[in-house]
Amino acid sequence: MGIFGKIFQALKKTKDNVSAKMRLLFAKNKLGDEFYDELEEILISSDVSVRTAEEVVEQVKEEAIGNKVKDQQFVTDLLKDILEDTLNAADIPEITYPCVIMFVGVNGVGKTTTIGKVANWFVSQGKSVTVAAADTFRAAAGDQLAVWAERAKVRIVRHEEGSDPSAVIFDAVASAKAKKTDVVLVDTAGRLHVKENLMNELKKMDRVVTREYPEAAFYKFLVLDATTGQNAVNQARVFDEAVELDGIVLTKLDGTAKGGFVFSLCGELGIPVVFAGVGEKMDDLVPFDAEQFVEGFF
Amino acid sequence: MALFGSLSERLNHIFSKLTKRGKLTELEIRSAMREVRIALLEADVNIKVAKQFIADVSEKAVGQQVLQSLNPAQQVIKIVNDELIALMGSGNAKLEVSPKPPTVILMCGLQGAGKTTLCGKLALQLKKQGKRPLLVACDIYRPAAIDQLKVVGGKAETEVFEKGTQAPPKTAKQAVEYAKKMGYDTVIVDTAGRLHIDDALMKELEDIKREVEVTEVLLTVDAMTGQDAVNVAETFNTRVGITGVILTKLDGDTRGGACLSIKAVTGKPIKFIGVGEKLTDLEPFYPDRMASRILGMGDVLSLIEKAQEAVSEAEAKEMERKMRESSFTLTDYLSQFEMLKKMGGASSLMNMLPGAGKLKIKEGDIDEKRIERVKAIILSMTPKERDNPQIINYPRKKRIAAGSGTSIQEINQLLKQFEQTKLLMKQFKGGKGKMRMPF
Repeated sequence: MGIFGKIFQALKKTKDNVSAKMRLLFAKNKLGDEFYDELEEILISSDVSVRTAEEVVEQVKEEAIGNKVKDQQFVTDLLKDILEDTLNAADIPEITYPCVIMFVGVNGVGKTTTIGKVANWFVSQGKSVTVAAADTFRAAAGDQLAVWAERAKVRIVRHEEGSDPSAVIFDAVASAKAKKTDVVLVDTAGRLHVKENLMNELKKMDRVVTREYPEAAFYKFLVLDATTGQNAVNQARVFDEAVELDGIVLTKLDGTAKGGFVFSLCGELGIPVVFAGVGEKMDDLVPFDAEQFVEGFF
Repeated sequence: MALFGSLSERLNHIFSKLTKRGKLTELEIRSAMREVRIALLEADVNIKVAKQFIADVSEKAVGQQVLQSLNPAQQVIKIVNDELIALMGSGNAKLEVSPKPPTVILMCGLQGAGKTTLCGKLALQLKKQGKRPLLVACDIYRPAAIDQLKVVGGKAETEVFEKGTQAPPKTAKQAVEYAKKMGYDTVIVDTAGRLHIDDALMKELEDIKREVEVTEVLLTVDAMTGQDAVNVAETFNTRVGITGVILTKLDGDTRGGACLSIKAVTGKPIKFIGVGEKLTDLEPFYPDRMASRILGMGDVLSLIEKAQEAVSEAEAKEMERKMRESSFTLTDYLSQFEMLKKMGGASSLMNMLPGAGKLKIKEGDIDEKRIERVKAIILSMTPKERDNPQIINYPRKKRIAAGSGTSIQEINQLLKQFEQTKLLMKQFKGGKGKMRMPF
């Protein structure tokens, strides 16, 4: 996939981009702390976490010695390198089959839609897929997933609303074993990471998969909305503590937000971004590409 | 994580070398404002908004006399806090009511902000006020969105008007006519989540506004939104003309700086906040409470008010006496759980309490189903056992377990927890002097 793929296009839609702000900054010809403060602000204004922005700028300070700091191209390239390295610090897991992928996250980030698209992606790779409607809490979540399952032409296992989500997983796993399905995708109810009883429920679902299907590879992906701000890092940290995340799906990149918090997720927490959602259609999901993301980010 | 007074601690550090009282100098203000800036950015206040805010506040602060009762750090926080409150508007704004019914409320926002749930919450609240609301399903794009609204409407015992995937402006128009005929006084229109840069869908909202006379256009915004909140709010406001904002998912640990950004760019009031998944979890917006949350200083005021609502003064005094005299029994333990429940559950309280993390009370300890089990166990004890839990031996435990339909294990757990709580109370009492208000 070239640099100018869907991730790049989605990010480039934003006219208020980092490059333009960098041009402005260099035009002002500021020096010293004021320059670095503004550089930091440029990163923060794309939702890079305050801490990561400070660290990145510190690195620029160390490497852009002497007159090089006045060289816009040099500083830009340096920044891009640092940021891309940060993203590559976390390895994207190799998917082996059969496998179970459980999608977790706070309310409204796009878990159900993501599962529809991911199901379609696996089908396009020639894999058989079962989706498990383990969001039994939100009104009509199962119906929503059923529509996506039909679109992607995959099987769905669901119980009635209000039933135990772990029981849905139990059935989905049994059915996947019987039918020798390659991939089981588990939808879970949105939950704020501060709600401990809901996080415990998630841990239980985690245990059910591990216990009932030890021969399958098991991945847990956190779905994050690109519009989120500094709270994204909190979310990732707490979900990671609860169920050990294997990856991130970054959704809604087709808006004007840039999702700059991902640098902290990969760098600080070591969780890689696996997929990116770039629209509402079924094929608007692409494997994440660090180089493309950084180019689009600028 | 919002640490108790993290900003005030940092400011105290800056001013620690300053012993003499007097006027705040420009230099002091400048270094203090660097800390304020970080606090605002960590709370997701838009960077341009934060800069403007700091420039304004600095100007006002320089040369101010440090008040007798405060130290310089407290004085700076007071100034910043007051200005934040002023910026977010005075008092909470109520819903407008159309002089010629029905009042039409148009809900709009990005995908996943929480519009559909909010529609149910609003309907329920209006019903409680004696109004007759009608819900209208105009999200024809997201799979099962109409079903979701129907379920939510069912829970709020409110009729849902829907015309399948018919064009939303037409549906809205028919719904208003239907409301007039049926005597509904308020029409709440749920719309699909849309990106503010999606021209076709933004035009759809404009068309709805053209077809029906809309009283309120409420923009629903996720409280966790980052820097982009200004772009979203500005575009929705320019194209559709919003009248107010509802901030959702404030029951998380986000500091919610997006609301400051939105207020600054649109000038429109924040009318409600969503604080949970239950339909009753909708509250009015209070700028003063939001200000201390943005600054990371906990929502002390809300906590005090909630406690006042749920617990009568006499009850509170009695509880305090028992805590003081360490004559706290299992009966009191049970009534405490019930008080917590009345106050909206432990989690919502814990979110508001500064430094709550230090109290080691986790939500899992007090979830609502467990409260019922605890109640069953305690009610299966004799009054003597409730007052002297140490006499509960194995035969007694067996009897209590049978009586309450629980297990001996659960009873042991409860007794252990009770002991811990007693211990905690002793610490709480001993540390009373340390529990200071942030300012």
